[in-house]
Amino acid sequence: MRAFVPISVSGWARLFSRWDILAVLLILGLLVFLAEASHNLFQPLAELQRQPPSLDPRHLPEYAARTTLRMLIAMVLSLVFTFTYATVAAKSKSAERLLVPLLDILQSVPILGFISVTVVFFMALAPGRVLGAEFASIFAIFTSQAWNMAFSFYQSLRTVPTELEEASRNFRLSPWMSFWRLDVPFAMPQLIWNMMMSMSGSWFFVVASEAISVGNTTVTLPGIGSYIALAIEHRDLAAVSWAIGTMLVVILIYDQILFRPLVAWADRFRFEQEPGVAPPQSWVFDVLRRSRIIERLTRPFAALWRLSLRRPPDKARLAEPARRSIRGWAFQLSVIVFALAAVALWQVMRFAVEGITLRDVGATILLGFATLTRVVVLIAIASLIWVPVGIWVGTRPRAANLVQPVAQFLAAFPANLLFPIVVSAIVAWKLNPNIWLSPLMILGTQWYILFNVIAGAAAIPAELRSVAVNLRVRGWLWWRRVALPAVLPYYVTGAITASGGSWNASIVAEVASWGDEHLQADGLGAYIAQQTDAGDFHRIVLGIAVMSLFVVVINRLFWRPLYHYAERKFRL
Amino acid sequence: MGAALLDVHALRQSFPRADGGEHLVLDGVELSLAQGQIVGLLGRTGSGKSTLLRLIAGLAQPSGGTVTYLGEPVNAPAPGIAMVFQSFALFPWLSVLENVQLGLEALGLPEQEIRKRALAAIDLIGLDGYESAYPRELSGGMRQRVGFARALVVHPNILLMDEPFSALDVLTAETLRTDFLELWGEGKLPIKGVILVTHNIEEAVLMCDRILLFSTNPGRIISEIAVDLKQPRNRLDPRFRDLVEKIYVAMTARTPTPLQIGTTALPTATMNTVLPRVSANRLAGFVETLAAAPYNGRADLPVLADELHMEMDELFPVSDALQLLRFAEIEGGDIKLTEVGRQFAELATDDRKRLFQRQLLAYVPLAAHIRHVLQERANHTAPKSRFFDELEDHMSTEDADLTLRSVTAWGRYAEVFAYDDDSGTFSLENPT
Repeated sequence: MRAFVPISVSGWARLFSRWDILAVLLILGLLVFLAEASHNLFQPLAELQRQPPSLDPRHLPEYAARTTLRMLIAMVLSLVFTFTYATVAAKSKSAERLLVPLLDILQSVPILGFISVTVVFFMALAPGRVLGAEFASIFAIFTSQAWNMAFSFYQSLRTVPTELEEASRNFRLSPWMSFWRLDVPFAMPQLIWNMMMSMSGSWFFVVASEAISVGNTTVTLPGIGSYIALAIEHRDLAAVSWAIGTMLVVILIYDQILFRPLVAWADRFRFEQEPGVAPPQSWVFDVLRRSRIIERLTRPFAALWRLSLRRPPDKARLAEPARRSIRGWAFQLSVIVFALAAVALWQVMRFAVEGITLRDVGATILLGFATLTRVVVLIAIASLIWVPVGIWVGTRPRAANLVQPVAQFLAAFPANLLFPIVVSAIVAWKLNPNIWLSPLMILGTQWYILFNVIAGAAAIPAELRSVAVNLRVRGWLWWRRVALPAVLPYYVTGAITASGGSWNASIVAEVASWGDEHLQADGLGAYIAQQTDAGDFHRIVLGIAVMSLFVVVINRLFWRPLYHYAERKFRL
Repeated sequence: MGAALLDVHALRQSFPRADGGEHLVLDGVELSLAQGQIVGLLGRTGSGKSTLLRLIAGLAQPSGGTVTYLGEPVNAPAPGIAMVFQSFALFPWLSVLENVQLGLEALGLPEQEIRKRALAAIDLIGLDGYESAYPRELSGGMRQRVGFARALVVHPNILLMDEPFSALDVLTAETLRTDFLELWGEGKLPIKGVILVTHNIEEAVLMCDRILLFSTNPGRIISEIAVDLKQPRNRLDPRFRDLVEKIYVAMTARTPTPLQIGTTALPTATMNTVLPRVSANRLAGFVETLAAAPYNGRADLPVLADELHMEMDELFPVSDALQLLRFAEIEGGDIKLTEVGRQFAELATDDRKRLFQRQLLAYVPLAAHIRHVLQERANHTAPKSRFFDELEDHMSTEDADLTLRSVTAWGRYAEVFAYDDDSGTFSLENPT
């Protein structure tokens, strides 16, 4: 499948627009608002520690179930968000101008940053305290899933074939019906692929979202994440192994029960048919499809569903005035947005003046460059390793079938699980944490380079490869003239994902602990982690803002032009 | 002839252009469809006939004028107007039956009636046994049958057809046309009138009662031709051939073509001319064919189109280009090589290029202009955008793009200038 680019690459002509600035303001304003709210609500919620989680592996099935449930709820929320946000962005030209940059900026905000500023807020929102903590945790998982799903859905909606769109209008399908009959099916394969990516991504942050600690507020929710956190605190290697085993099982179950059936089912929605590719199989899907009980059970729902798709007999004449009123509504909305942006600007200014000095800003930006250096070096190293491997694997279909699922599991592997090895090694050999903690950053994200390069190499047309053989193009010449150019567009897509993910992971990866051993590298991620521990909301927001700034600027100045260059010149 | 089903009055469609002006696509279109008629809209690519169809369908809003259906203005997709699409527009994730049922579900009919009507339509159009098949399992012809069934099942008064046979091979298209005409002739179709968009002249004469000929840039109706032949029509009937010939003459007549500027005998390109997109190789091949027996330098366009299996929208760009470059001229539906054209046919590659270069610089002002600019500049290079912006002031973005591509291809062939796509620059140097 054609991989998808997780950043906005549409506005090629201009690097930044005023809508970007507006988006930045709104998000900064929101962060500040949440931080302030958290600040005020800080005291009454200091003690929440209930019965502490245990390291007894017998609890693991229950923990796994809880973690799974959280991830599923977050996934449902992400879908709701995707269907509404992305639809509005794709259908309304005026909304699109703000919503797309907003999403682009939201993506660049580190996921753990959301936790830091929202946890106290959410806990205050809920009547029961545990429920509030659950909210916070689910919200954190949601932020690690929703953005790329919404982006992919938006991009799909933009590319719905015109004739299909015209056909559904010609046959007077209601908006609700054409959404479910045209838009959603068309976007489905890409969306499911992104749901899988999101799931992997959220495993990476599961530790941080279940064992939350901001300042004096410590929340521990029973789950695999908090189990891992506890195991690390107690230096319990056996427990860490148990956790790894459980995760492996849960990920496998997910794959078999949820994603494989979904992929097999979504195959019918693929718009262009590539010949010679075997359709994906899933035994669960086959069982469900053939089972009569399931059919009978779902029949009433299916009938109800079909009924909802019907257009109530003739209300077509309403269409035009309704559209006009939406336009008027959009205008009012944009007035509100500008007002909000103004409030946000004022709030951010006040917030900044209150607690941040110019020196702080300078120091944070310097730390940003330290993390930037790490990201650049790591992406370069990962590319040197995974591009040749990916091409080798991709040109051998059998190897590709074996490697893909393994890489998918590795992408979901939380960095914290490697803390024992890394921290012990660094301490034992007295290594420099500034260098040796860095590989943790790319642990989960390097696989996107591999995925994409494999896909690209598999997509090299057989004829091109035959020509190369026929002309006896071999060795370095083959790499230079055939393989590397052919996979470049795919590689760029993978590298964009990997680079964004590495920034995100730096908050987990630049600080590592194993029992009492605490190691820390100098970098922006460590800075945010540190300020979160200290509960210094001014500096948390500053750190998040600077990191977002780095990510957005790099995306616009480097990745976006590179993406367009690769697409134009090397897309086969 | 009954009362009018549909009236189109003074219809106009335009889009804003880059320089603030407007790009006129359709202008002053008058059209009425009576009960029991098939009206054909015939024109070349870019004549706005598909745009007109979409305006009638209520899929787009006109810049001026009105579309009236059964006395009511059309400003949104109206019930009773159904469309068949060029590329079928079937939903790949719905089976044949589900695709056909779609329009009925949208009408909110009871489930049993939906099923009954859908099965009846499938039966009528010859899709029996394919109900549970998915579009990807069907051949092109079968897919378009689904397209027809889906449109007919809602019992529309008017059926709009947007080049419904052009994506099919010759034989399949013919079968489908015949089947359709048979059902129509026997009154088995639940429709009262048809509007058919096509660029295939014979198809129009075969199917339509009236044919409206469109000019390009902007699209205007230049002529209306009534077809009084009885169905089924025979392509070899001399009266059929006469009509085809008559349309060819009308479509290639000098006055209405967009290339005509001033009063010179032959159409002449100016800086504003949209150049036809034809490769130099195609031109050369065409000239050679025309010069050789049995044509010996002169051919009847319909005959030539038939023998070379070229449809109007393939043939006309070639004949336009040949006229522009003075290799051939068209008169009364015949194409005739000029003296230069005959010369060109006999030369070897290098000499041909030289001759092509001479004609290009003499008769395509844009090519001469680019060459001139390159010679004036010290480094002999110029960015593509420079010329693109110039063109965009006079034509739509797509036309500007098309024109620049054509002139680039010709300029490269004639070695008048070179173009590097990576940097988007024209230059005088050819790589050695």
